[in-house]
Amino acid sequence: MMTDHRSIPEGPPREPTWTARRIRALAVQGAILAVLLGLLFFGIDNAIHNLNKAGIASGFRFLGNRAGFDINFRLIDYSPASTYGRAFVVGILNTLTVSLLGIVAATALGFTLGIARLSRNWLVSRTAATVIETVRNLPLLLQLLFWYTAVLAPLPRPRDAVSLGGVAFLSNRGLTVPRPITGDELWTVWAAAALGLVATLGLGLWARRRLLRTGRRFPTGWVASALILIPPLAMLVGTGQLLGWEVPVLKGFNFDGGLTLVPELIALWLALTLYSGAFIGETVRAGILSVPKGQVEAAQALGLTPGSVLWLVVVPQAMRVIIPPMTTQYLTLLKNSSLAVVIGFPELVAIFSGTTLNQTGQAIETIGMTMLVYLVVSLTISLFMNLYNSKMAIVRR
Amino acid sequence: MSTTVFPPDTAIGMAPPKERKGPLRWMRENLFFSIRGSVATLALALLLAWLVPPLVKWALVDAVWAGATREACQPPGGSMQTGACWVFIKVRFGQLMYGFYPLDQRWRVDATALALVFALAAVLPLRESTRRIAALGGLLGGLAAAWLGGVWVGVVAGAYLLMPLALTRDLAGLRSLSVGVRATLTLCAAGAAAWLGGALYGTPWAFGWVALAIVGGTLGLRVHSVRAAGLYLLGLVFPVLAHKLLTGGAFGLPFVPTEQWGGLFLTLTIALVGMAASLPLGILLALGRRSALPVLRVTCIGFIEFIRGVPMITVLFLASVMLPLFLPEGVGIDKLLRALIGVALFSAAYMAEVVRAGLQAIPPGQREAAESLGLGKVQTVALIVLPQALRVVIPGIVNTFIGLLKDTSLVAVIGLLDLIGMIKTATSDPNWLGFAAEGYAFVGLVFWALCFGMARYSLRLEKELRAGSPI
Repeated sequence: MMTDHRSIPEGPPREPTWTARRIRALAVQGAILAVLLGLLFFGIDNAIHNLNKAGIASGFRFLGNRAGFDINFRLIDYSPASTYGRAFVVGILNTLTVSLLGIVAATALGFTLGIARLSRNWLVSRTAATVIETVRNLPLLLQLLFWYTAVLAPLPRPRDAVSLGGVAFLSNRGLTVPRPITGDELWTVWAAAALGLVATLGLGLWARRRLLRTGRRFPTGWVASALILIPPLAMLVGTGQLLGWEVPVLKGFNFDGGLTLVPELIALWLALTLYSGAFIGETVRAGILSVPKGQVEAAQALGLTPGSVLWLVVVPQAMRVIIPPMTTQYLTLLKNSSLAVVIGFPELVAIFSGTTLNQTGQAIETIGMTMLVYLVVSLTISLFMNLYNSKMAIVRR
Repeated sequence: MSTTVFPPDTAIGMAPPKERKGPLRWMRENLFFSIRGSVATLALALLLAWLVPPLVKWALVDAVWAGATREACQPPGGSMQTGACWVFIKVRFGQLMYGFYPLDQRWRVDATALALVFALAAVLPLRESTRRIAALGGLLGGLAAAWLGGVWVGVVAGAYLLMPLALTRDLAGLRSLSVGVRATLTLCAAGAAAWLGGALYGTPWAFGWVALAIVGGTLGLRVHSVRAAGLYLLGLVFPVLAHKLLTGGAFGLPFVPTEQWGGLFLTLTIALVGMAASLPLGILLALGRRSALPVLRVTCIGFIEFIRGVPMITVLFLASVMLPLFLPEGVGIDKLLRALIGVALFSAAYMAEVVRAGLQAIPPGQREAAESLGLGKVQTVALIVLPQALRVVIPGIVNTFIGLLKDTSLVAVIGLLDLIGMIKTATSDPNWLGFAAEGYAFVGLVFWALCFGMARYSLRLEKELRAGSPI
């Protein structure tokens, strides 16, 4: 073998282009690709044949057709005369609404349960542990059906509804609350809210810079709450945009007026919150346990109050461990909201992979579009959580 | 700064601190250690006192246990009882366990369950005493099967029970034969068994497969321990046996279509098939994801991320509604099989991520050492990397299994009557309206016991493995 001993090799010796190993790798990959493509063509061929036979025209033209079914919970205008495309949007919005509600409530519940389980107080920690272990080991579907069928359905009829102070009513039609009657200039209220939000962000930045410069803390939480809440409320009352409250009144068999939270939404929200809250509780506990004990002792030695030790020393460090599994929990909650199809809450799967699929028979399009929405939302949330995670990670110096 | 200096002898003369124990001391330390702690304790105690006694009263004290009709809980004309009506569960118990499986054939489900328990007892790391009890249970079950089902069922059950014993014997004499001779012997014996089965019952394939498994195992595998024999029983013989026993059509048993399966039996069937399919599939997907071949890697990543990004319900819809579309006309797949495919694919993707975590935890030195010893790629993975990786992720695997067991409840959405589907049907029976709470409480108890039991077992296993291994 001829080798040049004087030159220093700049890397591993280059393999010749055509070795047995490479050829084998190429052959294996070619075979995999061929099998996959073969399966794909086989499936598509069969699907075309089956669809032709059933007389179903494939394609997305059905999205412009009249849907013809009603949706009892919606954020945007919708009527049976609307199109399937509009129903699709209503479904997406409902899924996102219930997921967002669930995520906020489950995070709060999860932190409470997780911290309570680590409490020094025996009763508190045992209660939290019992709740977590019970909820975690029961299927979500069972819990959902339990809340819906065994708790909310036996509530009295609207006529005998449980009155909450004479303005809100709890019945088997859901929770009916008064609705604010607003004037035409409502945008001013939203604008005030937006301004408050911007001011809060600015305040947060300023408070952080001041903390880093002088070491003095600013009561950001209180001031921010005031900034977010007071301007829109002041605008609402001060400019006379709030004309009054529409209090629900019993008329015939149901309530007239007011806002109604349908029992399906309440059941779904309760079930998702409890289930994800229990899992988030365990995540939070693991995160807090991952903070070295010396950190707590050092904080105590510096004279911090127990609350400050928890929220200024332990939780910020625990967040590094908590965030990745927490993202998974949020995504799981989003996907679990699809179980609403069982109790008939009109979210994406119920509207699109349920009613629309049954009416049009366009299985491939409807299921495909439903899956795509979940994929897009999942990937987006993952992306944002990864960004946040990299910001929170320990800075290596 | 002044420091107090104790003379060296003072500590010796002091009495040890007084032992302070007792309930009062404990309460002061754990319940009333500060003003805030005391307030929290009192508030929570009040809340629990408000919630728990009515619950106990409803579930136990005021509950109705005796009777067989709705009238036991709600006398005609009278008002509803304030307690739980467990009569409802009692009346529906058979259906909740077996679904609509014919009454006189339900012993087949029990026999399958016992056979499974027996095989599992040989495979799973259990305490010796637990294993002995399980083996005894399996033996009794086999005898009961023979007594109930006749001679042939007895023979099958007997063979099944005796096989691990037979396989533990040293069969070194047979192993010295050459591969060709062993293969020929295997094929001949399997063919004979298939012919015999076909002549007797008209189901040559099932018998041929069992025979092939038995003979192949005896001649080809190196079987040294009860555990290996059990694994082989579980992997090769049990599926065929269970399938034939449950669907019928062999051993002279009447045919029971899967539409009649239901209840806890169906839930456990789906969960166990899902577990058995998802672990090997997940391992393959995890290995594929780390493969050096781009096509294989991209395919595996795409599959895993796609499945993990969508809800299980849509995967089940995919399997139940779209799968028939993609198959040639006239090829109908059983509804249960479609659900099983959906469940297996779904949990395989999650299992793949668990296994991948284990693979990443194995230091590259292990692989390099194996390669430098001259092991091939397959050998390195199968003998060095995987055993260590799987041991690391046992908790993750069991967690996925628990999740799978809970997720099987979703098959109720596509119309299968598993435990949840069954209780949904039962509570909407016009004769028994208004007993949803009892129904869901009972089903919840069953699920809770299964999941909690698995979690506890996993914790113990983890502890034992950690104690026994250097990792």
